[in-house]
Amino acid sequence: MPNAEEIKQRIEAAIPGARAEVEDWTGGGDHFKATVTAAAFAGRSRIEQHRLVYDVFGAEIGGPIHALSLKTQSAG
Amino acid sequence: MSDTEQNQIHEAITRAISEHDTILFMKGTPEAPACGFSARTVAALQALQAPFAAVDVLPDPRIREELSAISQWPTIPQLFVRGELVGGCDIVMEMYESGELAQTLGVEGNDAEHGRKPPDEAAAVAAGLTQIENRLG
Repeated sequence: MPNAEEIKQRIEAAIPGARAEVEDWTGGGDHFKATVTAAAFAGRSRIEQHRLVYDVFGAEIGGPIHALSLKTQSAG
Repeated sequence: MSDTEQNQIHEAITRAISEHDTILFMKGTPEAPACGFSARTVAALQALQAPFAAVDVLPDPRIREELSAISQWPTIPQLFVRGELVGGCDIVMEMYESGELAQTLGVEGNDAEHGRKPPDEAAAVAAGLTQIENRLG
């Protein structure tokens, strides 16, 4: 089961220029909250931005990562 | 599980999405949500007094499977407006707070004119999907 640090690293590795802050929301290791800022998000809808992040984890969402709550924004 | 059954569920979902202006696929029902994310999403819609249909994905895991394949979105809840995925709980809450949700739903300055959909409609949508399960006996 991934931890917050691993999730952060995977997001930053997969989305060029992304900065992610990831919290383990419940302390239980399967419920995370991430704020992701990336130039790659510019011009995309929220749905598209969130999909970019969810795609990093594929089938793990809903499985080992029970919940990944997202806030995304494009780099200022 | 046969292809026919899977197709029936697929069809029922796409039909529900096209037939209802606002439809929320959730865990549980608006009266009794089964998870916090679904509960919050329902609360946002109710706060805006926006009419919406609701489908409980819990009775049959295939509903969620087919829905995710259709929407290319991995989590529940999922809100569709006029046939398009608006988002899950995070997006709906952001839009609620910014006023975009009210705009999207066309309920700005909502007053008594905008009624609620009768509860029958939500039940009918859910029943349509679970009927597939029942027919498979």
